[in-house]
Amino acid sequence: MRSLFTHSLTLRVLSFAIVFGIWEYLGRVPISPAFPTFLETMSALGSMIADGSMAAVYPATFQPLLIGLVISSILGIACGVFMGLNHKAEWFGAPVFIVLQSAPLAALIPLLTFAYGIGLTSKIITVCIMSVPVIVLNAYTAVRHTPVSMIEMGESYLGSRRQIIMKIIIPSASPVIYAGLRLGAAMGFIGAILAELLITPTGIGDLITYNQSIAEYEKMYAAIFSIMVFAVIFIEILERTEYLFFRPDKRVTQ
Amino acid sequence: MSNSSAAVSRAASSIAVEVEKVSKIYPGGVEALNDMTIQFPKGELTSLLGPSGCGKTTLLKIIAGLLPATSGRVTVNGVEVTGPGEERAFVFQDFALMPWATVLRNAAFGLELRGVAKSERHAIAEKYIEAVGLKGCEKLYPHELSGGMRQRVGLARALAVDAEVLLMDEPFSAVDEQTRRKFQEDLLDVIKHEGKTFIFVTHSIEEAVYVSHSIALLLPRPSRVSEIIRPDIDRDISPDAIRRDPVYLDIVERIWKGLRTYVE
Repeated sequence: MRSLFTHSLTLRVLSFAIVFGIWEYLGRVPISPAFPTFLETMSALGSMIADGSMAAVYPATFQPLLIGLVISSILGIACGVFMGLNHKAEWFGAPVFIVLQSAPLAALIPLLTFAYGIGLTSKIITVCIMSVPVIVLNAYTAVRHTPVSMIEMGESYLGSRRQIIMKIIIPSASPVIYAGLRLGAAMGFIGAILAELLITPTGIGDLITYNQSIAEYEKMYAAIFSIMVFAVIFIEILERTEYLFFRPDKRVTQ
Repeated sequence: MSNSSAAVSRAASSIAVEVEKVSKIYPGGVEALNDMTIQFPKGELTSLLGPSGCGKTTLLKIIAGLLPATSGRVTVNGVEVTGPGEERAFVFQDFALMPWATVLRNAAFGLELRGVAKSERHAIAEKYIEAVGLKGCEKLYPHELSGGMRQRVGLARALAVDAEVLLMDEPFSAVDEQTRRKFQEDLLDVIKHEGKTFIFVTHSIEEAVYVSHSIALLLPRPSRVSEIIRPDIDRDISPDAIRRDPVYLDIVERIWKGLRTYVE
């Protein structure tokens, strides 16, 4: 009985139930006429899925998001691993990414629009500049913290530099690289929505702004809720791929 | 003439590892080793015993080719050491197992790095996993094993590459006392059956006397070999009898007297 209450699934459901319960309560108070209850939002979500308006907008949002995330992951991991392996690259690259990570990137968006117009390119770049710094900095820290004895082990058993990187350093760094990817993906989702709100209203960003302007707050929150659900699912899938490819040991319960 | 050259070659062939006038100064000026000379006979276990700071791990890593010496030279079977080599295998104090790999892959990892085909390296690794007493654990991951079992995997990995010289850096220091005793007894078996040369770093006097053919007593400041002791213990008697043997107890006492002035 006790194990049922402390089971990970029970706790997760409980966590969601508490958050949604508070949401429902605050909506009923109400704290603002522009804040719908949880149940109103869910029924709006249901009707938007049913009438196809949700499915119609998502391709426009996913295109820059997915292209941006693929570019960020490849570029970010490559830069980060290289910086972790090479001190000169670290000194050269780390300050740039540290500045980028703390810069107010939303303020750069008008500049991007000025340079690349209002099309797909600007949106992809917005996703990338949001997600790359955190991916690079995590990958670099992860590589730098490979246990010394593990590298010595590779050397003493005559591993080549390439073997040591591929078979020891990368798998050892993979949990933190993946933590960076998950954070980067979350930032990428924010970037994609930001681009739709600030550059041109397309996709889910359009749905949010439009419903806000006509005071259909349930639909506005339903649109925001849907993008959060996608972000969570995406991040969960990323975690599964890590266990599958790099860390089979984590599937075994600790 | 021919007699003396035969004698020389016999003497040379009975020495596996020779350390000549090796010094090591770390960047920053810390002197870890100063003009150290010592020989390690073939087929025997030699312990490097001494208080912390006497440079025993540094010496082992120089022999392994993991650290360059500042001056002097190390030869293994007459060939100068310039880096790690296939005739040497290392057993690490913190085990250095890959947490994402099974016991089988960890034990076979030295062979994997050498490009041995999968079925062949797994067959060899399985044999040594059994030899160190871990049969049935092949599919487990390191976090599912106790400290002692993890070090057995480390030992299986070192044995699997079939190196002539095994370098062991305080292999039992992260293992609890009971497991340690069992491990020491099993090590005596491995030494008897494998016929390899073992260089064994430890700070435990009892452990050194129990497992070693000879003990090099290292003293710090400046680091030097103060004495080589050959415990003349009959190892065919039972482990418990060895631990009660007056010769064993006398040697432990004698080493402790020599070392106690260096321990604050």
